[in-house]
Amino acid sequence: MSDRLDLVLALADDELILGWRNSEWTGIAPFLEEDVAFSSIAQNEIGHARALYELAAREVGTDADALAFDRAPEEYRSAPLVELRRLEWARTIARHWLYETADAIRLEALKESDDSELAGIAAKIDREEVYHRIHAEMWIDRLLASDDARPRLDEALEELWPYALGVLDDNLRPELVRRVEEKLGRAMPDAEPVSRGQHEAELAELLEEMTMVRRSAPAGARW
Amino acid sequence: MIYEVFRRERQGAAMQHAGSIAAPDGRFAEIYAREQYGRRGESEALWLVAREAIEELDEFVDEFDLKYRRVDGYSIKERLKEARAAAGKNP
Repeated sequence: MSDRLDLVLALADDELILGWRNSEWTGIAPFLEEDVAFSSIAQNEIGHARALYELAAREVGTDADALAFDRAPEEYRSAPLVELRRLEWARTIARHWLYETADAIRLEALKESDDSELAGIAAKIDREEVYHRIHAEMWIDRLLASDDARPRLDEALEELWPYALGVLDDNLRPELVRRVEEKLGRAMPDAEPVSRGQHEAELAELLEEMTMVRRSAPAGARW
Repeated sequence: MIYEVFRRERQGAAMQHAGSIAAPDGRFAEIYAREQYGRRGESEALWLVAREAIEELDEFVDEFDLKYRRVDGYSIKERLKEARAAAGKNP
């Protein structure tokens, strides 16, 4: 696998899996407006995944669906952060913000890439991610300002921190630490990153559910 | 907080009331309005107004029955008929 393919699949898998995880809130988010907004963000992430899978598919001569649905769990390149099933709001917001912060750093680097196709798609994705970041930041600010919410958010951030570190490569990781610490106004603990390449047990369950229709109609489901 | 949302479908069109959203503050309202009334390309611009900033007027006095000023006006059918008869024409 080329480095480029590996990179594109890592991005695509992150967006697909997180899009799926975020969509688990559809219908049960804390209130209606948030339900609509969070579901819309999930759809955007899956849209980004599709664009990236199409790019990868051209390189390996297959199609986006095959890459999204037909690989074995161990072939996915997603970061363990996005695989966790955390149907609890403080953790969901903590993950959302940590991911968006890491993703912004990664996209900034990609936009400067010599690979114009990759730089172009990163710029396009980033124009939507701007709103995801605004959404994540406003939630973080609001929860940090509340005596009831702050300890719960802090606990979630501590728990997810090693996973967040695992989203980025060694060269970009220090920037994530800097941005997170700046926002929270405190030092984050030194932690061993939970890196890409290992998977959470929840991923296999998710893939089982996600590929159910596709497996039931190998020739392609039609509606 | 409740925010009233107005949207403009295309440039030059008038703003029309789209609906309302509940949001804890203006930042949340902005994101929620965008997602609810802008994500399908149905709006070219949105106005967001905190409901509490709206002044409502709901009393309109008409003690002397000046119904000719009302938008529904009054029927001229009967008068037209009389006028035609007086002029000796068949309707």
